[in-house]
Amino acid sequence: MSTLPYLTAGWIMLAGLYGVVTSRDLVHAVVCVSVTQSGTYVLLLAIGYRSGATAPVFSDRPPPPAGRPVTDPVVQAMTLTDIVVGATVTALLLALAVQVAKRRATLDPGALRTLEP
Amino acid sequence: MRPRTRVLVFAGGAAGTAALFTAGTLGLPAFGGTLHPYADRAVHQAVRRGTPNVVSSVNFDQRAFDTLGEELILLSAAIAAVALLRVVRREDERDGATLRHGPAEVSDALRIVGHLLLPLTLLIGVYIVAHGAQSPGGGFQGGVILGTAIHLLYLAGDYPALQRLRPIPVFESAEAVAAAAFVLLALAAAGASPAQRVPALNTAVGIEVGCALVLLLGKFFEQALLIREHRETGDTRETA
Repeated sequence: MSTLPYLTAGWIMLAGLYGVVTSRDLVHAVVCVSVTQSGTYVLLLAIGYRSGATAPVFSDRPPPPAGRPVTDPVVQAMTLTDIVVGATVTALLLALAVQVAKRRATLDPGALRTLEP
Repeated sequence: MRPRTRVLVFAGGAAGTAALFTAGTLGLPAFGGTLHPYADRAVHQAVRRGTPNVVSSVNFDQRAFDTLGEELILLSAAIAAVALLRVVRREDERDGATLRHGPAEVSDALRIVGHLLLPLTLLIGVYIVAHGAQSPGGGFQGGVILGTAIHLLYLAGDYPALQRLRPIPVFESAEAVAAAAFVLLALAAAGASPAQRVPALNTAVGIEVGCALVLLLGKFFEQALLIREHRETGDTRETA
C-alpha cells in the first residue's frame, strides 16, 4: 500500500490535535502540540523518500546520474529547521505554562477564566 | 464550551480533515517513487556549486534567506522564553554555590563518565558544525550537541560547576552576536563563493543554536532549582 506513510502522518497529526482538544493540563497540551508537529516531519520525509536511494552526501562517491539515486534533500533540510525551531517554540510554551502555574496555582485550562486578576 | 461538546466539534472537524487528507494523499506520487523534481534540481545545483552535503547546501546556499527567517524565529522564541522566566518582584534567587543541587547521591561511575564525556561531546559538536559542508551534519545538529553537552555536568551531579562553566550573560551576548553575524553574512553572501559561504553560515547557526539551547535550559534550571517566592518558603536570606 503506497499511501500508508502519508496516512500515518495525517493520523499522528490528528492524534496530537485530539490530545490538545481534550487536554486537562497545559504541559500535556504542549507535548500534544509537539506530537502534532511530528506528523509534519513524517509527511515531509515520506514525500522525499525514494526506494533504493541513499543519503544526499557526495563526499565519498559520485553524484547521480553516475552514482546511486539519492533521497530528496529539500524536505530533509526543511525537517531539520522544523525540529530546531519546534524545540525552541516548545520551550517558549513551557515557559508560559510555568508563569500560568505561578500566578494561578493551576495548570488546568478549564480553570482559567480571565487574563489578569 | 463543555468538554463533551468540544470533543464532538473536534470529531466533526477531524473527520472532514481526514477525508480531505486521504483524498489528497491518493493524488500524491506513490511512496518511494522515482519522481522527485525538486530533489533532482537541488542535487544538480549543489554539485555544480561544489557542496558535497546537499542538505547543508539547501539550507545555507539555495534557501539561505529562508533559513535566515527561521533563525530569527529561533532567536525570538529564545528571547521570549528568557524574558518570561526572569526573576519577578515577589521572588528571590538563591545562590547556587551555597546549595548542593541536582541528584545528590550520584554514583561515582556516573560522575566520572559525565566529566569524561564532556570534552569528548564538545569536540564532536565542533566537528559536526565544522564539517557540515562535507559530511552529514551542520550548524543545526552540531549546535544542539554543543548546547546540550555542557549539561552533562548537571547529570554528573555538579550543579555549581555547571553554573561556573555557563555564565548566562555571556551566552546571551554570544547568541545576539551570532544572530547579527548570520544576518550580515546572509546579506553579504551574494558576492561570496558557496565554498566560503556554507561553512561561515554553518558556524554562525551552530553558535546561535548552541547558545539558545544553553540559555533555555539554564533558565529552566534556575526556575526549578534557585528561584523561590518570598512568602511560601520564608527564605532564610530575608531574615539573615
